[in-house]
Amino acid sequence: MSRRRSDWEQRPQARIRKWYKEGFLALDEEIIDHLTQEPRHTHLQEELIEAQQQAESSRQHDRALALERMDQHNMLIWARTRGRKAISRFHVVLALALGLLMIIFLLDTVAYMPRFGDPNAPGANEVSRRYIEQGLTETGATNIVAGMILDYRAFDTLGEATVLFIAASAVLILLRIDRNKDGSPVQELIAAESDDQHYEPRNDRILQGSAMVLSPIIFLYGIYIILNGHLSPGGGFSGGAIISAGLILYLDAFGFEKAGRFFTYKTFMWVSFFALSFYALAKAYSFYCGANGIPSGIPLGTPGAILSGGLIMPLNIAVGMVVACTMYIFYALFRKGGL
Amino acid sequence: MPWSLLYENLEQTVAVILFGIGFSILLLQRNLIRKIIGLNIMSTATYLFLASMGYIQGRKAPIVTDGVTDLAAYINPIPAGLVLTGIVVSVSFTGIMLALTVRLYRRYRTLDIDQIALLAKGEDMA
Repeated sequence: MSRRRSDWEQRPQARIRKWYKEGFLALDEEIIDHLTQEPRHTHLQEELIEAQQQAESSRQHDRALALERMDQHNMLIWARTRGRKAISRFHVVLALALGLLMIIFLLDTVAYMPRFGDPNAPGANEVSRRYIEQGLTETGATNIVAGMILDYRAFDTLGEATVLFIAASAVLILLRIDRNKDGSPVQELIAAESDDQHYEPRNDRILQGSAMVLSPIIFLYGIYIILNGHLSPGGGFSGGAIISAGLILYLDAFGFEKAGRFFTYKTFMWVSFFALSFYALAKAYSFYCGANGIPSGIPLGTPGAILSGGLIMPLNIAVGMVVACTMYIFYALFRKGGL
Repeated sequence: MPWSLLYENLEQTVAVILFGIGFSILLLQRNLIRKIIGLNIMSTATYLFLASMGYIQGRKAPIVTDGVTDLAAYINPIPAGLVLTGIVVSVSFTGIMLALTVRLYRRYRTLDIDQIALLAKGEDMA
């Protein structure tokens, strides 16, 4: 047994382990060793033998390493060719089995559902009874769904508008190509613009003519749907989507320069800001006043008239503005990376 | 097990099968755009399910006409509101996912999710 001192043997853990393993004797020897400060054996011969052993073992080690490397290489090749195929096939089978299992479980659930069109279904409970029977007098909206989502459940709709705004902001962060600080376009922007000019037709007569006729009509129709949201099917979301379709048609026909005259990042920012904060303030007011018999001071009007329904029409306008801006900015960002 | 009810609940059965198809597309396809399409099929199946749950035989859409506010005249308005919420959320997540896909494509020049994962791992190693 060699007595070469290394750093490890000096450590207290090693000493305790040694003491634990070999009894007191080893520790005593070491203490004596340490005290006398002179080694009791000559090391020369032992070191020679040890060096030989080490050389032998390192040769073995090298061989083992080479073998292992070859194994790894073979495994890698297998993984790249047949293994990948096998795994992907296994994955396909597993995915299909999971999908089928899910369909079967859900079909089992559907078999226990109430029948289609059943008037006694548990979904038609006292909540929908209240909405239908009291909705007209409480909200003043002929469209019960509009009265529900913009009066009883208005907080939910504020969340929806905010989700749309946050999605637009996230897409803006991800796809917007910034200019340099001095206002000159970066390389990416030039590339995107030349790409856009290459793929999109410029000054297309048919497109421009039809856009000239169609986009005012589309805007009018969208505004009609928003303003009539409390009287007929429709509302802020659908009307806003229609208005954004008109905006996109205009942009396609006349290009970014002309559309940029009335719609920039600032427009998006301010319209979204004012619409969302108006919505939040109006609903904050009507959370405190306007329910449970507290008068809100907002006239509900005669049901069926265009100026009725209290706050529902302004809220529909706010939602419609947010939706139109969001859809338009989605399109502009995906097309060119900016307005 | 009342499997015969499946035929009577045809709309819901179709919705559930559509949902499973969308889920399988999500698992099976490697192309990111196709995965997003699968997710959208799943949300469409949810709308169909909700709309069919709200329908009541022989009743009208919940828009008050001629001042009739009788429960027996209109269908359930709540699922319509829920579907609206679902559509908005689906539009939002589709937009964000497509934007992320565009960024991934610009960086790795591929839409295959496995290749993107391999390339990203290689980038981490380097």
